[in-house]
Amino acid sequence: MLGKGIIKGMAETARNFVGSYVSEDRLTTVQYPEERLPQKEAARNFPFLVYDGTEAEAGLRCVACQICEKECPPQCIYITKSKDRKPDHAGKPQFYPAIFDIDISVCMSCQICVEVCPFDAIKMDTEFELSTTDRFGGLLQHKGDLSRSNTYFQKLHPTDAAEADARLAAERAKAEAKAKADAEAKAKAAAAAKPAAPAPQPAPVEPAVAK
Amino acid sequence: MDQLPITLKTWLVSFAPEAYRELVSAIISTAAIIGVFASLFALTTVLERKGLGRIQNRFGPNRVGPFGFLQPVADGIKALIKEDIVPRAADSVVHFLAPLVLVAPVFLALAVIPMGRNLVAIDLDSGVLFFFAVGAATELSVFMAGWSSRNKYSLLGAMRAIAQMISYEVPLILSSVSVIMIAGSLSTVAIVDSQAGGLANWFVFTPWGLAGFILFMIAAAAESNRSPFDLPEGESEIIAGYYIEYSGFKFALFFLGEYIGMFAVSGMAITLFLGGWHAPFGFLEWVPSYFWFFGKLLILIAGFIWVRGTLPRLRMDQLMNFAWKFMLPMALVNLVAAGLWHLLGTGVSRWLICSLVVVGPYILLGRTLFHSNNVGKRIYRYAE
Repeated sequence: MLGKGIIKGMAETARNFVGSYVSEDRLTTVQYPEERLPQKEAARNFPFLVYDGTEAEAGLRCVACQICEKECPPQCIYITKSKDRKPDHAGKPQFYPAIFDIDISVCMSCQICVEVCPFDAIKMDTEFELSTTDRFGGLLQHKGDLSRSNTYFQKLHPTDAAEADARLAAERAKAEAKAKADAEAKAKAAAAAKPAAPAPQPAPVEPAVAK
Repeated sequence: MDQLPITLKTWLVSFAPEAYRELVSAIISTAAIIGVFASLFALTTVLERKGLGRIQNRFGPNRVGPFGFLQPVADGIKALIKEDIVPRAADSVVHFLAPLVLVAPVFLALAVIPMGRNLVAIDLDSGVLFFFAVGAATELSVFMAGWSSRNKYSLLGAMRAIAQMISYEVPLILSSVSVIMIAGSLSTVAIVDSQAGGLANWFVFTPWGLAGFILFMIAAAAESNRSPFDLPEGESEIIAGYYIEYSGFKFALFFLGEYIGMFAVSGMAITLFLGGWHAPFGFLEWVPSYFWFFGKLLILIAGFIWVRGTLPRLRMDQLMNFAWKFMLPMALVNLVAAGLWHLLGTGVSRWLICSLVVVGPYILLGRTLFHSNNVGKRIYRYAE
């Protein structure tokens, strides 16, 4: 009979209407500012700089090699190399970025900077609530805004962080072994040279790594 | 309590000097109607959005104020501070007048609707006629808007609207004629009075009344451009139809006019078929009469929202076929049924005969019109 389909449809919508009050499962909406979905581990948004330890300035892994600056497709990274050096995580004196700016209004989140970085110093963040009233200054992030601790990175991307940590630990171990070998060789050379001439000292060697 | 609005009004009028009393009384009635129905409009927009949301298993607006009920305030402020854009090519005078020409008649139409005992702005002897005459003016405004915008979409929307409104005006009026035949009066107050005395006397509980009510509501949905008859707007086809070039408060006025038109035509349906402001049962007479009117109005609005959440939009040819091949014959048959009801006196026989007169053509028309063209399962053929 004419109108049967309409009545069926009306019953269906009525069931949905009542059902949305009865069962919470029907409402799939996540009410964003109050409720949030957990982020996927592979989520990424804009890059940040990783530092070891607790002090951002001292532990910054970046050595200002400027590879990321050169590779960045939209050229949103600006780096100025420091004049002096500071020891890196393995104790080797390195340059550090005096200025490290990323314009996130230009960044296209391609992750190329992360892939080219040989020092595991730049990683992708998942922070997305970056709206600001100042579209020039507000979206230009400086070194201080960009620095995040390694523990933050470990929490954000556990798999990637574990890999990077293993790589860095291996590097550190190698550096330590090398320093030890150097010291041993030096001692041996000194022992060999003692009987002949005790006075001449070898050229100043870089200080051995602490810890 | 029942007569509170009227006592309030007479008390207010008594402050005015003798010569101006009539004018002041008219102004108070107008202000009350505009105030009440504008707030009802605000309430309806938020209820509609929440209801539609729930039908689609969403929350609907729930950010502004408690449970989102201040949403219309936010919408109103937004509409007020938005830029009022008039296209350079538009006929600016007609473009400006169109929303006013829409809003004025729909408020005028409310003047003859009895909203409670003695609660009617003007009791015209030909109130129903006045209602339909004024209601037809909305078509003019729609075409003014469509034409003056100088936009092809808006012109298309306006032409659709005109075709639709004129087509559905016929069954709308014919279905109400049956009530006029039985009640023997064009006065809305007299029609409501003839339905006094509980559910049994409401016209909707007669065969011709039920058919008339359904026809009236379908035609009313088409008249007020409500889904599933919202072709003139057709967001997915012609963007927004005749109000594509309207922004800010003019758009809000169109929106308001559309909703007030829906209230007016629902109020007319209540007056004609649902016993007006009368309580359904005698023992509920102590509840103020205007509560009954507005309760019924809210139920009808809920029905409109429910239909909107359910039915997809019709195609133009379906719309026209439905109006001229189904609605019009059914409305005419309904007139015959109402006449028979009047002539057959009281008894079981008239119930039987009138039901047959209404249901028979309904089934026949439904069979021949909508099942003759062999609509089977669609077969898709793909290239080999």
